[in-house]
Amino acid sequence: MKEQVCQILRNEKIAEDVFLLDLQVKDYEAAEVLGKFVEIKLPDGAYVLRRPISIHDFNEKTQVLTLIYKILGAGTDFLAKQMAGTKIAVLGPLGHGFPLPTAGKKHCLLIGGGVGVPPLYALGKALVAQGHQVTTILGFRDAASVFKAEAFAELGAVHLATEDGSVGIKGFVTSFLNEELKAADVYYSCGPIPMLKALEANLPDMEGWLSFEARMACGLGACYGCVVETQTGLQRVCADGPVFAAGEVVYGGI
Amino acid sequence: MQNPADHKYSAIDLSVDLPGLKMKNPILTASGTFGFGEDYAKLYDLSILGSMTTKAVSIEPRRGNPMPRIAETPAGMLNAIGLQNPGFEAAQHKINALRAYDLPILVNVAGHSFEEYIEVTKALSDLESVDALEINISCPNVREGGITFGTSAQMVEELTAKIKKVSKKPIYMKLSPNVTDIVELAKAAEAGGADGLSLINTLLGMRLNLQTGKPILANGTGGLSGPAIKPVAIRMIYQVAKAVSLPIIGMGGASTVEDVLEFLYAGASCVAIGTANFTNPMVCPEIIQKLPEALAKHGFQSAREAIRFSHR
Repeated sequence: MKEQVCQILRNEKIAEDVFLLDLQVKDYEAAEVLGKFVEIKLPDGAYVLRRPISIHDFNEKTQVLTLIYKILGAGTDFLAKQMAGTKIAVLGPLGHGFPLPTAGKKHCLLIGGGVGVPPLYALGKALVAQGHQVTTILGFRDAASVFKAEAFAELGAVHLATEDGSVGIKGFVTSFLNEELKAADVYYSCGPIPMLKALEANLPDMEGWLSFEARMACGLGACYGCVVETQTGLQRVCADGPVFAAGEVVYGGI
Repeated sequence: MQNPADHKYSAIDLSVDLPGLKMKNPILTASGTFGFGEDYAKLYDLSILGSMTTKAVSIEPRRGNPMPRIAETPAGMLNAIGLQNPGFEAAQHKINALRAYDLPILVNVAGHSFEEYIEVTKALSDLESVDALEINISCPNVREGGITFGTSAQMVEELTAKIKKVSKKPIYMKLSPNVTDIVELAKAAEAGGADGLSLINTLLGMRLNLQTGKPILANGTGGLSGPAIKPVAIRMIYQVAKAVSLPIIGMGGASTVEDVLEFLYAGASCVAIGTANFTNPMVCPEIIQKLPEALAKHGFQSAREAIRFSHR
């Protein structure tokens, strides 16, 4: 983990309330970004807390770090207005991310819901590079909310669902879990709690890795502001997570 | 961190001496914002700091409050952590690990009852790795203990005396700002035999969810910290320093080297940085690096000279 002042290279809208942010970082390693996040300091003294945003993609050669974020409040709204050329402080990479399979060639499912989709992409690329088969299932609210479906299509099969059926099938990511996909080796997921719960229920015997979120203060494990109940007691989403094994988190436990 | 310009101010003496805390500079970290140091140790050498205050330690492990525990506010934040800590048995190992660094350690003590405060104090003050104790009688986020003990002058004096009797290390009573008259409580702590005072703790605050109308924090209320509370902290330290001669660990929204000067002037012998660590995790080393020049520019040859400057 390191603190750097980084230049914004690009900050563009890619869907309804969703922005893509390219940052120029230094000395980040490709292996250390999968499923991790950074804490962004908004360039205005008015905001005391940083904003935790997961890493979507990373180019180790150019050291361009790509984040995708949704406008959820005053801070992210302000971030969306920042122009290329602006310098912002970035603390990262933070947290324990997605673990890659240790052996063999696996069939891996990437299952993302809404603003949970971004962190799955860098993971998907790494899985393909390691020779695994990747199938992606994405769920969004409606057509206006959809982003990056084409990028995932380059990794393997993509199944798309929208709640209103305006793109893909009408329904949720769980609609796609047929026998073939239920025979996959591992699933990686990020998205709303109800979705994560539904996946654990639908795939009880499959190895799974789920990414969580929480309101954070320090972002690095010191303040205990972001805890979640697990089978082994309270853990910090920022430092012990954000990725936990399926079945580890006790929903509603704290 | 070092640059040639520093050489110009190398004669400025940053050291300050408080009971139990012989500090190389007047900067320490505030309890609850720094854990037991292991997280920030990944970013810089903790030996840079003048001192460090650990998270509150209770006898038994405490889970703390339900989530959400954090909410941002204008120039600040609310926290309702609820004193989550691993309890004395586990905490002592984390405290002992701090011996790897060159700085005195201030350990924060929490309790549900007089008996618990006394038990934790006894256990902690026995540790060689503990240099002083900060007694938390001002946490606004727990139903029992914390603030309950810090709002009555009689209770403050009695508890201070009982803790002082069993503590082998100097004790600093951490005062709550959520009282009518903090000076009264400061005098009570002094009368009870405290070696020093620590103020201010967080202010009681709340934020509401615009969709549901309910408080954002699961606990309802939380403690307000950050730059928003600095004027309250400065005023209270100023008033307490006028009435009481005990050394003061000052805190409450400090985030710049100029803020540190203000706290020293008001009466603090050292200044704890808390919430600012979240805004900028490198804030402490940066302030320490800027301090010699800031002191020199205001006519001081040492940090000690700036303490209580407003009262001269």
